Amino acid sequence: MQGKGTAVCLPADIDTDVIIAGRYLRTRDRSIWATHVFEDLDPTLAARLKGAVIVAGRNFGCGSSREQAAIALREAGGVAVIAPSFARIFFRNAINLGLPLIESDLTCKEGSTVAFDISEGWVETEGTQHTIRPLSPRMQEILMAGGLVEYWRVHW
Amino acid sequence: MSTLSERILGAAAGEYVDRNVDRAYAHDGTGVLALEAWKKMGGDRLGKETEYYLQFDHIAPANNSTTATLQHELRDFAHRTSMHFSDIGCGICHQLMSEGVVLPGEIVVGADSHSVTPGAFGAFATGVGATDMAGIWLTGETWFRVPESVGVNLTGKLSGAAEAKDLALTYVGKLGVDGATYQALEFVGEGAHHLSIDERLVLSNLSMEAGAKAGLFYADDVTVRYLKERGHAVLPQVPEACSYLSEIDIDLADIVPLVAVPPRVDTVKPVDDLAGLSLDQVFVGTCTNGRYSDLARFARLVKGRKVAVRTIVVPASEEILKKAIRTGVLADLVEAGCTLGTPGCGPCLGYHMGVLGEGEVCLSTANRNFKNRMGVGGEIYLGSVATAAASALAGEITSPEAA
Repeated sequence: MQGKGTAVCLPADIDTDVIIAGRYLRTRDRSIWATHVFEDLDPTLAARLKGAVIVAGRNFGCGSSREQAAIALREAGGVAVIAPSFARIFFRNAINLGLPLIESDLTCKEGSTVAFDISEGWVETEGTQHTIRPLSPRMQEILMAGGLVEYWRVHW
Repeated sequence: MSTLSERILGAAAGEYVDRNVDRAYAHDGTGVLALEAWKKMGGDRLGKETEYYLQFDHIAPANNSTTATLQHELRDFAHRTSMHFSDIGCGICHQLMSEGVVLPGEIVVGADSHSVTPGAFGAFATGVGATDMAGIWLTGETWFRVPESVGVNLTGKLSGAAEAKDLALTYVGKLGVDGATYQALEFVGEGAHHLSIDERLVLSNLSMEAGAKAGLFYADDVTVRYLKERGHAVLPQVPEACSYLSEIDIDLADIVPLVAVPPRVDTVKPVDDLAGLSLDQVFVGTCTNGRYSDLARFARLVKGRKVAVRTIVVPASEEILKKAIRTGVLADLVEAGCTLGTPGCGPCLGYHMGVLGEGEVCLSTANRNFKNRMGVGGEIYLGSVATAAASALAGEITSPEAA
């Protein structure tokens, strides 16, 4: 799976409350999550997520298991998230929803172009290619299928 | 020689396995998206080998008609599939699973991050999101990466005003909020045997705040006795010599009352360092500290006096509420000026009743103090029940040892 986007830099320990606040969760209207994503961190961020590759510090997605966090990032146009580590529930949620996550210590430069190929195991920015920690075979299968719903549609 | 996680999952740390889930639970929050995903997967019946539970605790009772409608659909689904259903007022999912449901050696998955809580019974209990739960509803199984384990060696006994919560904040402070990511914590040593089930549940619960996949105690005589009272005959689990990724040693006698300073659970300071900080609200409850022993302790400390700040007490379950009524604990709380909420999560997650206003400060017995979690512009300090009681009486953060 390949992708490309514009780097948006974020710090370490971004929790899912900050990605999408509890006060917006009770709805079926996914556009609400895309509109209010990262509102409590930086209200201008939502508009910049279209075509973005988020490059964050470690432990991205910690805290609540709310899947709306991963949905919000995808609905707002996010292409992928790159971080040295992810909180484990967010990790599973994102892959289950078809949002690529890449474990890498990549240094972020705001606005730079970031390209990746998860199957081949690299991420490239500023003319330099970095290897990434591979996803488990099962997570790759789920991601390639487009998410866990699509995966089980085929495999069950 | 295996860790408890390795024994229960039946494979060595680092391996990926598919396992049947013994018990799977979800709540009114994660259940909504899980139901959507399950339908899209083509779900029409539940897995055969799994016990399924749906518990309404996050917004209980519903705060508006949108929530009520979503809950109505979920309630119908639970009845249609004959899963175990606990409606509003029954209590917090993790507590309900801990009242004689989860047994040692089981694989338990909850669609909530604090599903690590029943690890206190020697089960492998962990949290997932909604779509993973939908997959478990469909198939009864899921994949796991068998975690490496961190040994938390406990010695001695808690003393003075120190509680399991202070012990939990101590290890979260030592490990940091991602110190155990992808790993399991195993609470071992003679100090572990001195802890009651309620205290163990606090330690397992907070393991999530160090990023852990699970937080386990070995079932011992205390576990056997607790489960026997609830009609289950189980055997203790005997620890084997095993290799831990790392170990931390904690002497319980060294534990002092602590507070976690917003917005991080691992920013842990002695209560004395924050003494005098003015409060707008005290909240006692949640899957961390809403059990009967917590309510009774709080009531004992405030009995015959009046709280100086608005104080919300929410029992973690109906069983706890009923016991607090029978024993007079509830009357003591109300006489002292506390306000009561329906058994459930209460204001912890900031969805409804009891949220904070701009600039307000709360001392909470919960497990999270993230920015804006309990309301935009509100700040949450986390502490023990005794710290909450001393602080409620003074209207400012106060050490229970000073009170």
